[in-house]
Amino acid sequence: MFRKLRRIWGVMLKEFRQMRRDRRTLGLLLFVPAITLVMSGYAITFDVKHVRIVVLDRDKSAPSRKFTAGFFQSEYFDLAGTVEREEEADWWLNTGRARAVLIIPPEFGKHILSQEKVAVQVLVDGGNANSANVTIGYLNAKIREYNLALAREATSKQGIRLPAIPITVEPRVWYNPELESSQFLVPGLIGYLLMLVATMVTALSVVREKERGTMEQIVVSPLTSGEFILGKTFPYLLVSMITGTLIIVSGMILFDLPLRGSIIWLFATMVIYLLSALALGVFISTVADTQQVALMIASIATMLPAGVLSGMIFPIASMPKVLQWFTYVIPLRHYIVIVRSVILKGTGVTAWAEELIVLAAFAVVMLAISTVRVARGRSAA
Amino acid sequence: MRRIREIMRKEFLQLRRDRRLLPILFMAPVIQLFVLGYAATTDLKDVPVVVCDLDKSSESRNLVASFSASGDLVARYYVNDPAKMDRYLDENLADLGLVIPTDFARKVARGEGTSVQVLVDGSKTNATIALSQLSSAIGQYAQGLIVEQMVRTGRQFARSEVVAQTRVWYNPDLTSRNFMVPGVLALTLMVITTIVTSMAIVREKERGTIEQIIVTPIRPLELIIGKLVPFAIVGFIEVFLVLSVAVFWFEVPLRGNVILLLSLCVLFLLNTQGIGLFVSTVSHTQQQAMMTAVFFIMVPMFLLSGFVFPIEDMPRIIQYLTYLMPLRYFLVIVRGIFLKGVGMETLWPQVVALGVFGVAILGLAVARFQKRVG
Repeated sequence: MFRKLRRIWGVMLKEFRQMRRDRRTLGLLLFVPAITLVMSGYAITFDVKHVRIVVLDRDKSAPSRKFTAGFFQSEYFDLAGTVEREEEADWWLNTGRARAVLIIPPEFGKHILSQEKVAVQVLVDGGNANSANVTIGYLNAKIREYNLALAREATSKQGIRLPAIPITVEPRVWYNPELESSQFLVPGLIGYLLMLVATMVTALSVVREKERGTMEQIVVSPLTSGEFILGKTFPYLLVSMITGTLIIVSGMILFDLPLRGSIIWLFATMVIYLLSALALGVFISTVADTQQVALMIASIATMLPAGVLSGMIFPIASMPKVLQWFTYVIPLRHYIVIVRSVILKGTGVTAWAEELIVLAAFAVVMLAISTVRVARGRSAA
Repeated sequence: MRRIREIMRKEFLQLRRDRRLLPILFMAPVIQLFVLGYAATTDLKDVPVVVCDLDKSSESRNLVASFSASGDLVARYYVNDPAKMDRYLDENLADLGLVIPTDFARKVARGEGTSVQVLVDGSKTNATIALSQLSSAIGQYAQGLIVEQMVRTGRQFARSEVVAQTRVWYNPDLTSRNFMVPGVLALTLMVITTIVTSMAIVREKERGTIEQIIVTPIRPLELIIGKLVPFAIVGFIEVFLVLSVAVFWFEVPLRGNVILLLSLCVLFLLNTQGIGLFVSTVSHTQQQAMMTAVFFIMVPMFLLSGFVFPIEDMPRIIQYLTYLMPLRYFLVIVRGIFLKGVGMETLWPQVVALGVFGVAILGLAVARFQKRVG
């Protein structure tokens, strides 16, 4: 047992020395992800505000001016410009300078004053379906507000009581009362950056020895394959734990995240998650023959798939069923549930035990496969 | 010219010899587009709702049925006690909760107002849209009740009303796929071409073969061209592949000019390869090159280019930062040509920006490389 530990320690020491010699890479590994977090964290938002709207008012009456002015009193809409002809409105939408066009028909004011129904036209840039949906929702809400005011005016004039609104919705938003998207996006981004850095840091661990030809020396040493893999993984666990702490702490402070759960769980789950990502990197390293291929696989396998399939940005429930199953092999998918729960919900381990077990199992399986792959390589050599 | 050809021959030989590299180069973008094209959707589907119906009347059941009909929201769990709902939100079983009070049907029948409580898990990506979907479904149900009541009581009154006729352009049924697939296409192209070229020169440095090249009569510019052209050819084939997947598999409407799209894809590749090459000249090892390319360039571009998060909604300072990202311009171009069918008359500012950036970054890469050699 003691010998075993000493041999693992030997491998670790060697990795640490190599790391220390290459200060520049170490600096990149430690600090760059935090810089990326700061740079990107402020930009990722689903909060739609100040939607730019162009108005085409064919009526130019007092009621039409009052109607349009109502839109721009809130922070949801900005008046991008006014146009006289529909072709001009096209240009605003085509160039993406406005998201919607509001067209008031001629005689709008006359219809309103004579208690009639009148239709206004709304053109919406449907390109980004998400923004378009939100924009349409806002516009409709504004129009409803306007109609309610009209109805009140009309009923009071005619001396009737307006029927009560039969059902009102009382929304209560939990965990994130202001519905600020950064509250759930930034924890996701933290997990995403951790995944990238941890996978990339170990992706070279084994293949570097192969490419430099030092693998033969290891093969003839008394080191077992398991010891070799563990000795390769642990130094990077330490490095990525420092990186991870930097990311989490700067994320919590800069983006005002509440820590509603326990800080011990926050770090304990981070370590298990990092292990799973490091293990993935080690596995990639045993598959690749050259550093170039290892790095390519590591970045191709993590950057877009983890970003798109993990639930960080796109809801998993909206994906096709087959893809939903596939998302289970992406460690970030499970970690996002955990990290959002610990930071925002403050729930304990029972609420996300399943996710944690999957992460741990993923790490163990990946390290085991890597060990087998290295062992097979040895017997071949 | 011959010297450039020799370098190209060497690169092609290396490409062919590496059994793993070539399949990755060609298959990765196609597979990624295929998979991610399906996954990248912001459409609401199957959002689980936990319902606490304290009234248990036919009216309350109608209310639940009215929002479940579309398939966007699904009443998956039923509880009898509002206090029990906490667990469903805490443990991520449901994203929304709806509490219908005991006197719901009675109050509705009498024409009195009543209120239902909606709980929202604000930690979920689709919280805002899910809430507005549920509220508007309930609002619509309520609207139906008013009309019914007015007909029954014959209480009509004259009033004016504004109705919106909404026309959605470019993407009439508002599916996010038509918007996302061109974006994913641009991303996969960027990732693969940037990564490959970012290793191009640093690999020679790390292996020590760069000295051998330096002592040959080859000039830096020739070396860079010789390195770039093979990857540009590979990149061009990739463009063909991913465009075919987008058009023939995902059936994204291609309303604009194909030739224009193809040539602007090539212009974009010039940018990504220039960036890759630049990264390659500032790094000492392949790992450094990869870290720089991923964390300084690709992740910021993925998040800040307008791929999912609209640039207009970002803070001002970040908006200025996005002007430095070729992907920003290219996304406007691909989406414009695909969905809007626009041409150079609208896209020229983006094309000019891409051209200027491409030339600048390639020039910078060559200049840096020259200095190192000297």
